[in-house]
Amino acid sequence: MKYITSILLSALLAYAVGIYGNLPWWSFVVTNFIIAFSIPIKPAHSFTAGALGVGSLWAGLAFGIDLSNNHILSTKVAKILPLGGSYVVLIFITFLIGALLGGLASLTGSFLRNNK
Amino acid sequence: MRLLPFIASAIATVSIITLLNTQLSIGTTKSPRLGYFLSPQHGFWKNAEKVNTNFDASIVAGELKGNVDVYLDDRLVPHIYAEHDKDAYFVQGYLHAKFRLWQMDFQTRVASGRLSEIAGADKLSIDRFFRRLGMVYGAEKTEANINANNPEMKETVDAYTAGVNAYISQLDPADMPFEFKLMNYAPENWTPKKTYLFLMFMSYDLTGRSAASDLQLTNTRDFLGYDLFDKLYTNNQDSLDPIIPKGTVYQKPSIVPIKPINADSAYLHKSLALDLNNVEAPVAPDKNNGSNNWAVSGTKTKSGRPILASDPHLGLNMPSLWYEVQITTPTHSTYGASFPGSPAVIIGFNDSLAWGVTNAGRDVLDFYQIKFKDSTENEYWFNGKWNTAEKRTEVIKVKDSADVVEQIPMTHWGPAMYDAHYQNPQSKGRNLAIQWTAHSSSTGVETFYRLNRAKNYDDYIKAISLWTCPGQNFVLATKTGDIAIKQQGSFVARWDRQGDFIMPGDDSSYAWQGMIPNEENPTIKNPERGFVSSANQKSTDPTYPYYLGTASSFPLYRGISVNKHLTGMSNITVEDMQALQTNNDNVFAATARPALMKYLQVDKLSTDAKRMVNEMSNWDLVNSEHSKGITTFKIIWDSVSKAVWGDELEGSLIPLTKPDDYVLLDQLLKDSNWSIADNIKTKDKIENFKDQVTLGVENATKKLVELEKENKLEWSLFKETRVMHLTKIPALSRMNLPIGGGMNIINATTDIHGPSWRMIVHLTDEIEAYGLYPGGQSGNPGSVYYDTFVDYWAAGKYYRLLFLAKEKLIQNERTKWHMQFKKSNV
Repeated sequence: MKYITSILLSALLAYAVGIYGNLPWWSFVVTNFIIAFSIPIKPAHSFTAGALGVGSLWAGLAFGIDLSNNHILSTKVAKILPLGGSYVVLIFITFLIGALLGGLASLTGSFLRNNK
Repeated sequence: MRLLPFIASAIATVSIITLLNTQLSIGTTKSPRLGYFLSPQHGFWKNAEKVNTNFDASIVAGELKGNVDVYLDDRLVPHIYAEHDKDAYFVQGYLHAKFRLWQMDFQTRVASGRLSEIAGADKLSIDRFFRRLGMVYGAEKTEANINANNPEMKETVDAYTAGVNAYISQLDPADMPFEFKLMNYAPENWTPKKTYLFLMFMSYDLTGRSAASDLQLTNTRDFLGYDLFDKLYTNNQDSLDPIIPKGTVYQKPSIVPIKPINADSAYLHKSLALDLNNVEAPVAPDKNNGSNNWAVSGTKTKSGRPILASDPHLGLNMPSLWYEVQITTPTHSTYGASFPGSPAVIIGFNDSLAWGVTNAGRDVLDFYQIKFKDSTENEYWFNGKWNTAEKRTEVIKVKDSADVVEQIPMTHWGPAMYDAHYQNPQSKGRNLAIQWTAHSSSTGVETFYRLNRAKNYDDYIKAISLWTCPGQNFVLATKTGDIAIKQQGSFVARWDRQGDFIMPGDDSSYAWQGMIPNEENPTIKNPERGFVSSANQKSTDPTYPYYLGTASSFPLYRGISVNKHLTGMSNITVEDMQALQTNNDNVFAATARPALMKYLQVDKLSTDAKRMVNEMSNWDLVNSEHSKGITTFKIIWDSVSKAVWGDELEGSLIPLTKPDDYVLLDQLLKDSNWSIADNIKTKDKIENFKDQVTLGVENATKKLVELEKENKLEWSLFKETRVMHLTKIPALSRMNLPIGGGMNIINATTDIHGPSWRMIVHLTDEIEAYGLYPGGQSGNPGSVYYDTFVDYWAAGKYYRLLFLAKEKLIQNERTKWHMQFKKSNV
């Protein structure tokens, strides 16, 4: 239950701080850190919860945006980056970056609290 | 707390944030900040616009005097209905910003030498060039002049500026245009000066080639000597069909420019022996910048009413230079292509008349050689004494690096663009000051402001008489049946070849002796032949009393083609005009091919060469998309040219100008023993055209066979027409378009250059207008409206333009969205 709550809270708060365009894009690192510090679960679980929370938020938002855009921009960006013009790969990379940072932030918070 | 894992994990988190928040170097370019760029709530995903976006909006702006309604049609063209004129320009600024903000920022950055500020030291050479050319200097003079003397224009530009800034001020950073995110910088407020900088850039694009070509021509003259130069770069154009018909009698000139007594020895024949190869301009406007326009009178049309056509040929870019708009206020109603960056409609029509422009090509930029007293460059020699040169300071900010400061000595000619600080050490301290009409404060946009409101021929003449730079051929057609064309600008009254080369800067007899009065600029109204036209050719035959500038600035063949077609047409319809504007006939090849065949010794050719000659001979002389004949002809012609004058131009360390095609063609037609045909490298043999044409064909065949193997012999595959994004990133551009045309063709589409706005206006009671540009109304690469018109444009098709009164437009089925602009919420 705590695990599911961690994931949901992480996604929810990451979304909330992301609404403000003037806050840095990595603001979710702070919210993930606080969640992991506050909800006692194992560090490894904290990592996956934070990663899944932010990663799925990012992938989900990107997927939704991309669908209603008919892949117009993602295809172009996937050529610039370069990812062979594949929007699937681009969404996956978006997921990876969100997940990696989200997970690390939660892990850090978890280590701060965890005594074992 | 588990201290060590905590520290390790914290360090890892911070390091990855830092890495993903930094621009990484990839070759010479830099990546975006990847974490930011990929964040779906901050980065590029926010620019992926829904394909079914609803553009309805309600905007409150305290700057407005009244209410403004904007209706967007199915092509995303705004139709602005304002109760007050200034409000219309406020909204035009707002809409330009909403759909084209990054482009507006970028174009004015280029013009003002501020690219290094966002892109780093890599762009310094371009920035320094534009600063030293005096782009900011010219814009400042225009701004000062308008602020002091022209309250109406000041209010107009101020209202436009306020509109742009109203959009910027409400813009959430997450919603800023894609390219800002890609290049990692942010929009800044618009200013009136930016509008003038943008217009300076147009002056540069259309008259600034001389900043490169005057130096190149001087180099070429020095290398060849004046006599040989004058043969290869002759100003005689035998086949010229001028804008003003041959035989027109010109009034006695009010200025008779006097050639300096020592011009032969101190100017024309004097070699400056400059070592200028390292002061080659880092950028130069495309030689093909030009355009077609024409108007046919009711006597030649099926409806009995005039039809006007205009298509400016410029670099093909995305986002486009152009943005379509209708502006309707109680004082006027106009529609056409506008410049994001400037108020008003630039090429278009109103409910009384239509107008269009082509480039005049006249020389309005000269270099003068300056002698400074010492290395301080505080004094320079002129008319027998030392004169003071004030310094103009230009500070160039450079990303991740120290500022670069330019101290430009200002002479009475203009800025000393090239001096000891701006050229290579081998140039031995030679200094060049630049004199350019774009530096004299212009009236900015007033001409277009007045054309938008013009009712008749007299209004048109008054409006364009204010125009100074870049010189244009303004074509006109009115509902009342008038057609006219006038070449207008501030033009120098030149003596023969004045300013083609660098001039002595210490002698006042080389100065401009006056500007030609507007009344003496070439003009024609309602001519007997029933049409007026221009295609960048010389405006007049040699009986016009002023020197127009070096002939290589004036392409010949499009004009011949346009006039030939218009002369033969009657009962003209809009469809006929569309067909003519997209016509691919090659009149140059029609003359050049038989001229080549006359000299070709077919029996001496290899089998492959015979096959290629056969391909060329069977060609229908049309530059159509799939034609292989035009590719064969072009490569053979270029190869023959090289065989003829490659030897004369060989061995120069400095880049030389290539002689124009008309020079060779005119000689092929009249003189089989032209001395230039001889290869001066072969001492024992005197070659003639027969030898060179045959050799040229054989050389061309090697390249043609290669192209054939790569399957690139078809014209559009060879030519590779593309509409490039301003950053040159292919993924944001439209590559390899299926389109014919080319140089010397009415459909002047080359690889990166061509008809940038095609417009045809039928002056019936209710104006019937067609048009499009190769781009889309949205500058956002993530919008479905980004490249909407490109395929239609390539196919030579047109959109019917909606130009309607408000009540009718609201009811029109093509009207899709409504943006309301209100002064307040109540």
